[in-house]
Amino acid sequence: MKRLVILDRSVRVLFHPVMIASLYLLFAGHNQPGGGFVGGLVAGAAVAMQYVAGGIDEVRRVSRFRPWTILGSGLLLAFCTAAAPLLLGRGEILETALLEWEAPLLGTVKTTSALPFDLGVYLLVVGLVLMIFEAFGDEPAPEQATVPPTEVSG
Amino acid sequence: MDLRLDGFSALMVLLIAGVGVAVFAYGMRYFSASTFALPRLAGLLTLFAGSMLGVVLAEHLLVLYTCWELTSITSYLLIGNHHTSAKARAAALHALLVTSAGGLAMLGGFIVLGHAAGTYRLDDILHAAPSGTGIEVALVLVLLGVATKSAQYPFHGWLPGAMAAPTPVSAYLHSATMVKAGIYLLAHLAPVFAVVGFWRPLVLSVGLLTMLGGGIRALRQTDLKLLLAFSTVSQLGFMTVLFGLGTPKAVAAGSVLLLAHGFFKAALFMVVGILDHQTGTRDLDELPPLDQRWRPLLVVSVVSAASMAGVPVVFGFIAKEAAYGAVIDAGVATTVVLALLVAGSVLTMAYSIRFVWGAFYAPQRRPKSFGAPGSQCPPPSTAFLLPAVALAVPTVVFGLVPGLLDGLVTAAGRSLHTAAESVHLVVWHGINAPLVLSAVALAGGAALFGVHRTADRVLAIGDRLPDSGDAYLATLRASNTTANRITGVVQNGSLPIYTAVILVAASALPVFAMVGDLPWQGWPAGGEPLGHLVVSAVIVGSALAAAIHRRRISAVLLLGVTGYGMAALFLLRGAPDLALTQVAIETLSTVMFVLVLRRLPDRFERRPVASLRVLRVAIATIVAAGVFLFALLVGSNRVEERVADDMVARSYPDGHGRNVVNVILVDFRALDTAGEITVLAAAAIGAVALARAGRRPPELEPQSSLTPPPRPEHEKRR
Repeated sequence: MKRLVILDRSVRVLFHPVMIASLYLLFAGHNQPGGGFVGGLVAGAAVAMQYVAGGIDEVRRVSRFRPWTILGSGLLLAFCTAAAPLLLGRGEILETALLEWEAPLLGTVKTTSALPFDLGVYLLVVGLVLMIFEAFGDEPAPEQATVPPTEVSG
Repeated sequence: MDLRLDGFSALMVLLIAGVGVAVFAYGMRYFSASTFALPRLAGLLTLFAGSMLGVVLAEHLLVLYTCWELTSITSYLLIGNHHTSAKARAAALHALLVTSAGGLAMLGGFIVLGHAAGTYRLDDILHAAPSGTGIEVALVLVLLGVATKSAQYPFHGWLPGAMAAPTPVSAYLHSATMVKAGIYLLAHLAPVFAVVGFWRPLVLSVGLLTMLGGGIRALRQTDLKLLLAFSTVSQLGFMTVLFGLGTPKAVAAGSVLLLAHGFFKAALFMVVGILDHQTGTRDLDELPPLDQRWRPLLVVSVVSAASMAGVPVVFGFIAKEAAYGAVIDAGVATTVVLALLVAGSVLTMAYSIRFVWGAFYAPQRRPKSFGAPGSQCPPPSTAFLLPAVALAVPTVVFGLVPGLLDGLVTAAGRSLHTAAESVHLVVWHGINAPLVLSAVALAGGAALFGVHRTADRVLAIGDRLPDSGDAYLATLRASNTTANRITGVVQNGSLPIYTAVILVAASALPVFAMVGDLPWQGWPAGGEPLGHLVVSAVIVGSALAAAIHRRRISAVLLLGVTGYGMAALFLLRGAPDLALTQVAIETLSTVMFVLVLRRLPDRFERRPVASLRVLRVAIATIVAAGVFLFALLVGSNRVEERVADDMVARSYPDGHGRNVVNVILVDFRALDTAGEITVLAAAAIGAVALARAGRRPPELEPQSSLTPPPRPEHEKRR
């Protein structure tokens, strides 16, 4: 596939900041605009940039894991978080717990058990986007790509 | 866990566990390491044993039902063990569909019974003994479950088919234990519900028909295993008659017969398995002559077949005597029932002789061309024979000293019937009616075997008895045809029609529901800021342009503009979270649209004909008007308090977050979110599957359904 140098470079520069922004949205989401879903979508947009620059090969280079692995682990994580209170005998399904801890350099960090759930949503959305690129993103088969213009009637 | 152990359960547990041990020991020799899917088979057999114990130990009806269906499922998997054989798969499916359909009817009956009695505990329901029309319907439903599980006419068809299973499985599930689950339930219900008007006529006639029908069919089989299968059907009918009577003596006699049948039938199946394993055939016409070294197997067969026929001084005789005595004592249409029972016993005697004669004596008399006597067929090893011998020993011991079982049978009878007396089983009652009937049955059976070649044509009517097999196939075909027709109408495959139906239903139906209920509150006050108007104008303009543009790509981009416009509106209205999500979604969906568009022609192929265009405009107008009215009416007619207020207030104290939208998503309404992400995952998998299915090379089609391609195709292509 033909690649454009300027586009290529700009995407390479932009990709990681966008990914970091998506993670920021994920973690900040509990108190400011954002959240796992939006974060995942922004990460998906970063993947889309990769696609525009380098096609499906560049998208596959984003992650070592297969798209369905990411999708499945997100779903699993969300459901494990949901079931954890039941298994621990600490209340109903999806009951929230608050964890405050001292992190080095950051001071007191407040984490709720909703965060892993949100992380699950994030992974699922990223996996979804990767899977759709996997499904439709590779080069179309030649006979489908070239439709003779005569078939198109004005 | 709602389990309990009473006398009858104890008897069943002994049977399940005892025969189970013998079957597992037997299986060790019967199966070799190369047997098809041996680990799976062993695991399933163990799982079956557990669920069968659950059936007889369950106190709660729903627990019983669950275990009942578990036995059906394990039976399905075991019959279909050789899953590459189409015949085995069909037989397994037949058994599963028939028994689980009956099980479903039974569940309905359980629920009615449970509601009427106010409890689902079996003993409490029997104690309360509810009555009424509803209960009668419930009993018919439960009896359906009983009849399908215990292979009663006209549902018996699956049992002969189930012989596709390996022989140890047949010995365990389809003769000694699983098929008795129905009898077990019947035994509990009959003492209380036998007084209900239809009960005895229904249950007794089904039981007697099953006994005679099974016996006639058994007499004409040449496959020894099928002979035993039909004899099991026949014996199950016998048990249904006894337990269905529901008198104290009948349930006691039934318990004895249940035990006796478990011992002799499992042993006989093992004999067939050994013959099959050593000689390679179990067909009466093909078995080779067997020499002296096979004598132990002959002894086991004779003892067990004698027990089946009810020959004196083996266990089956005790059971038959008790049965005749109980029927005479019950006084329910005594003459007819007795006559038919004796007729059934005549058949039993005849096919028992046929079994032993056909397997061990007839081959000796055949011309020599069938091969030298036993030379190429090694006799079974001692370890192989031992389980069958172990099952034949109780047949002899309890036949000679039946008093050993007095305690167990008395306890079983007492747990089933409150008026049960203690039982004393003896060999010799003196000359009385049961003894005469036994003698008549034995003599008649021997005579019938003697003339069975001439009687064959009369017996052939057995093959013309109404069979459930045809009805089953017809039902299967009918439901397939119906499903095809419905699918053809409902899922016609036209995307425009799907979209139209969904849109019209979603937008027009709420409006119809609201008309009249919600009063018109007038137009909302004007005075929108200029910015809002500008953005709205952009949205409307690009939407119109998208509708009339001829190139697909332009239409998609214009749609994107409406989406970004919405995001701008959200932002102006003070919902940054929503705006952020909208922008991200819009970006991605535009990219994905473009991905798909690469595979489609650049322009919309042709303009739709005029009438169709009018229809489309009409649908669009309906949808637009519907959504507009909905928003206006619902927004101006608030009756309840805003849900949002409560959530905003609780967001920080309960959810520890200041972003209400996110707290709602991951905390207050997290269960909804969990459901939604599951849908997303399913959609993603579906999209990939769909995209790949269209591109699979046709020559890979046949094998790809069995073995997944080792690598995804994109890796091969590069």
